[in-house]
Amino acid sequence: MMNYFKMAYRNLGRHRRRTFLSTLALAMGTALLMFIAAFFQGEMRSSMETTLRLNTGHLQVKNANYDPDKLSVAWEYLIENPEQVAAQIEALGQVQSATPRLLASGIVSASDESVGVQIMGIVPDSSANDPYRDGLVSGDFLTADDREGIVIGYPLAESLGLNVGDQLNLLVNTSEGNVDEQKFTVRGIFSTGTTSYDKGVVFLPLAKAQSFSGATNHASMIFILLKDREQADVVAAAIQGEGYKVETWRELNELLVLVNDFSNAYLTIINLIILGVTATVIVNTLLMSVFERTREIGILSAIGMKGRQIIALFLAEATLLALSGITFGSLIGWALSAYFSKVGVYFGDLGMSKDMLLNDRIYTELTLDSAINLIVTAFIITIIASLYPARMASRMEPVEALHGAQ
Amino acid sequence: MEVAKLTDVTRVYKIGELETRALNGVSITINDGEFTSLVGPSGSGKTTLLQLIGCLDQPTSGKVIINGKETTNLNRNQRADLRKEAIGFVFQFFALIPTLTAYENVEMPLLLNGKSPAERKQRVMELLAAVDVANRAHHRPDQLSGGQQQRIAVARALATNPKLILADEPTANLDTENGKQVMDLMQKLNKETGVTFVFATHDPRVISYANRVVTLQDGLITNDSKA
Ligand SMILES: Nc1ncnc2c1ncn2[C@@H]1O[C@H](COP(=O)(O)OP(=O)(O)O)[C@@H](O)[C@H]1O
Ligand SMILES: [Mg+2]
Repeated sequence: MMNYFKMAYRNLGRHRRRTFLSTLALAMGTALLMFIAAFFQGEMRSSMETTLRLNTGHLQVKNANYDPDKLSVAWEYLIENPEQVAAQIEALGQVQSATPRLLASGIVSASDESVGVQIMGIVPDSSANDPYRDGLVSGDFLTADDREGIVIGYPLAESLGLNVGDQLNLLVNTSEGNVDEQKFTVRGIFSTGTTSYDKGVVFLPLAKAQSFSGATNHASMIFILLKDREQADVVAAAIQGEGYKVETWRELNELLVLVNDFSNAYLTIINLIILGVTATVIVNTLLMSVFERTREIGILSAIGMKGRQIIALFLAEATLLALSGITFGSLIGWALSAYFSKVGVYFGDLGMSKDMLLNDRIYTELTLDSAINLIVTAFIITIIASLYPARMASRMEPVEALHGAQ
Repeated sequence: MEVAKLTDVTRVYKIGELETRALNGVSITINDGEFTSLVGPSGSGKTTLLQLIGCLDQPTSGKVIINGKETTNLNRNQRADLRKEAIGFVFQFFALIPTLTAYENVEMPLLLNGKSPAERKQRVMELLAAVDVANRAHHRPDQLSGGQQQRIAVARALATNPKLILADEPTANLDTENGKQVMDLMQKLNKETGVTFVFATHDPRVISYANRVVTLQDGLITNDSKA
């Protein structure tokens, strides 16, 4: 066993440059794969977390008739006395927070420009609103009894040239199907780091939103965050009620869940392509090695080396190449992933829909699981590919092999 | 005792349409302890005959018996085993493995035969001393002269104590002095240990060492004389 590796090591040393280049190819392939895996993982996790945190929560309770596409505040679509319902739900052990939200469509205008927005009436104190409160870049958050204040996102403030203390005009579609308008003062400007979300939403205190839109004592939904999102089905079952519908994050994010599942298959395909390319380089190196060493193979065979021992000799070479290339590549891949998990990769606003929110900056995330998975796959593919040149060497007839040398 | 017995052996090489009858019905018996020279002009079939005796190749027709064992129906692995245990080879080119030292080259057949490290070490040092390259044990072939390399090849052929050693023009690439050294060595080993040698050559000085001379011509044995 040791002797195969000793011979393999020396054979690789015969062509240092070639050995170096094929090791490098394998290393680059492995590093690239690791980085891609870390990137995908970070992206999928970020998009899932961002979407749940900002947009859908873990559970939503709505009126059974509610239609999310209409953003209508007609009473027949809404939940009555939402504070009461929310308080009951929040009393459940698995629930972290449950808070009413009223969604209405509106238009913000300042100076000469106007932008369509989603108006969200919120209970300012609820911890579900932490992402906005913690994301304040200037000014203050809302208070429940504020009647003239509004909080808007940073990209919207930018595009309308608004600062804290400035006034804007807000138009709303009311419960009766009319429009109403009123001036509000910008109390605070927030940024969640997800431009596609921040540019399209403005916050009012729930009570103000209700009176402004005519929804009075109604809300569009109870927005619920759980301590553990995997408990969603259990909690949903516990709060089913007449005239309500309860939707879990999986139902609310069918697209995202699908993309998430699909991304694994996608990643596997990328892995196989890249590993296919690097394996070709290794196979090529070994093939050259086999052709150059026909005579040696003949000598070894003449003194009694068997086919499988010759295979072992070449596989030992492949193993050394694979070990050094993959080790080297893993270190690079790990270093890259570690660096970008701190710094992130800036993409800005990718213009994603609300169904799939993505942070403007994506942080890579390399799990031990996927790293090990990759290393093992790369190793196995390299060795399997090397079987071809190795078998070729083992099938040479000793006479043919010796003949070339005479 | 018969070390090798070939009966009515032919070997036809086919390259496309072209057929070459390298051996055309050869029968020969090699006895224990002989020092036999195969002679004949280039292309007469010497190498082909050695390859058949050595189970490196299989005859188109005829029988090859080595140490009393019929070899014609053996598969690749069985032939490899037979070579490993019973036959040593010395080739015209200095057929050492370039990445291995003199020591490791001689050790290789012992490794393949599963000898213990202690046994290997003792045997290799003994052999390197016998062929007079003990002081070069840890040199690689490219650091050694042709004569030294060929003597190491002889040592390797002897390593597992085979009954039969086949040498194909072992001195053809050596100068007179080194050629003589290698032949003296083979003769000495033959006398001291009784190992059987068959070597192909067309060098008259080499032929003079033999105690049996077999002449080949166009794939046929035309003369077989014992000294
Ligand atoms: N592998 C081969 N393929 C085709 N022809 C061969 C092969 N080996 C030998 N021959 C032919 O067989 C004949 C005998 O060759 P060989 O045994 O090498 O003779 P010698 O060793 O006496 O010079 C020659 O005509 C040679 O060209
Ligand atoms: Mg010849």
